[in-house]
Amino acid sequence: MRLMRILPASVVGLILFFLAFPIVVVAIVSFSSATYLTFPPPAFGLRWYEAYFSNPDWLKPTWVSIWVACAVVVLATFLGTLAALGIARLPKALRVVAAGLILSPLIVPGIVVAIGIYYAYSRYGLVGTPIAMVLAHTCLAVPFVVTSVTASLSGIDPRLEQAALSLGATPGATFFQVTLPLIQPGVLVGALFAFITSFDELIVALFISGTGAVTLPRRMWDDLRFQIDPTIAAVSTLTIVLTAALMGAAHLLRKRAEQNRMATSSAAP
Amino acid sequence: MSEVVQPASLALAVSRPKTAPFDWRRAVPLLLAAPLLIYMLVFYALPVVAMLLRSVNDPTWTLSHYATLFDDVVFQKTFWITINTSVTVTLGCLILGYPVAMGLVRAKSMAPFILVIILLPFWTSVLVRSYAWMVLLGRHGLVNEGLLALGMIDRPIRILNTPLATQIAMIHILLPYMILPIANALRQIDPSLIRAASGLGATPFMTFRQVILPLSMSGVAAGTLLTFVLALGFYITPAMVGGPRDITLSMLIAQQVDQLNWAYAATLSAVLLATALAILAVARKLPGVGNAFKTSMR
Repeated sequence: MRLMRILPASVVGLILFFLAFPIVVVAIVSFSSATYLTFPPPAFGLRWYEAYFSNPDWLKPTWVSIWVACAVVVLATFLGTLAALGIARLPKALRVVAAGLILSPLIVPGIVVAIGIYYAYSRYGLVGTPIAMVLAHTCLAVPFVVTSVTASLSGIDPRLEQAALSLGATPGATFFQVTLPLIQPGVLVGALFAFITSFDELIVALFISGTGAVTLPRRMWDDLRFQIDPTIAAVSTLTIVLTAALMGAAHLLRKRAEQNRMATSSAAP
Repeated sequence: MSEVVQPASLALAVSRPKTAPFDWRRAVPLLLAAPLLIYMLVFYALPVVAMLLRSVNDPTWTLSHYATLFDDVVFQKTFWITINTSVTVTLGCLILGYPVAMGLVRAKSMAPFILVIILLPFWTSVLVRSYAWMVLLGRHGLVNEGLLALGMIDRPIRILNTPLATQIAMIHILLPYMILPIANALRQIDPSLIRAASGLGATPFMTFRQVILPLSMSGVAAGTLLTFVLALGFYITPAMVGGPRDITLSMLIAQQVDQLNWAYAATLSAVLLATALAILAVARKLPGVGNAFKTSMR
């Protein structure tokens, strides 16, 4: 009986090790002092971080990625939040079609989206411009905003909006003073997802970033074709920390919003 | 249209003022959704459709590009590799994912820790995770060094740039997509059922086999389909760690675009997309899967 308990625990432990280990190795290698990839590192140091922070060939794509992701956050959060508010109130047939269009980037294989976008954007001379990256990444980021805002909208007690309206608030005031504060965590989570979606995106970037809008993942990809020196490990570790921090924040926000919702719904009889 | 209705509605003109503002309000949801819908059509859907159309209108309207696929050896081999890889990866995820999902649901104080370990790789980009496997599986990578040290091999074996490397890395990347829906289904099992089974004398294995497993099938089905459909479209991982000759459908498409062979690339894209959509369409008909999908996508 005791063995029955220990055996599955050790199996689960091994699989969790398989999940976490590769990421841990990348982080350790990034602090290596060796000039080549070796594990375990002979000694530790920050030389690969120095190599990254002192090389404009790495810093420029980093800034491109950050700017593109920030623009995507603004565009996707604005369009996505508006649309989520509308879709929830659409007649069913229309809602299914609209949701299908908006959520389809989650299902359509990345390469199909990428070459479709490349095919059309190249005709209008957009390839190789940061604007093209923003326009394309927004399409990929929007599903996350819409699902996140929709989820928080569905948790709102409709009586709150009705109460505001019946007490004489205009629809505008009701939206800004009642609805928006209630869905704010959902909007924030959507914005964080939008940032990460754009910041990590590679397949579309491979086709349309050209030479004028090389993003960080694209730069990493190009570099990996020739070598796998530890600079990439340093860049990877930095992006892991950044995305984990943002996703962790999103996770906590969502959890807190859920708890708030349960607290308010249990307070109401 | 309004002109045709005019004579009949004149009689109802008295009730009009009441309904007119209501009608305006009904347009608000559509007006809110319209900017995004137009945006998605212009910058995403129409580009993809225009590209796909090249498979049937190049040089004139024809289905010949699809017809040639039947004797196209390269396509058939690629399609087979893609399906084969996806099946292997999905099975691997199922075997490794189910125990972890059970561990996650059963663990009490350890649950947040397990969740972080599952989510940390989930939050890391596919590129970085594929790179991690390049580091581990390379000729002088940790796996080779470890096997050498243990005396299991005499000289480094080739793992990187083989189908095995692709499968290992893809299982690693897709595992969370399997774990989370299964854990969701397991969480919804009424604990009193499990207590009842063991109270009636079932061994832990019998309880698992006859109570837990059947009740978790909706999660298993959702996780399996999600993993399989995502695996079908993989491009970055097989391109980075896979063998030079083990080309997946996505890689073949990219290659054809590089050679500006748009008609062929579009045909292959249509096949890939149709395969993914067909699997999802079948999946939604299965009982319980639709709901499990919805909860796991959140």
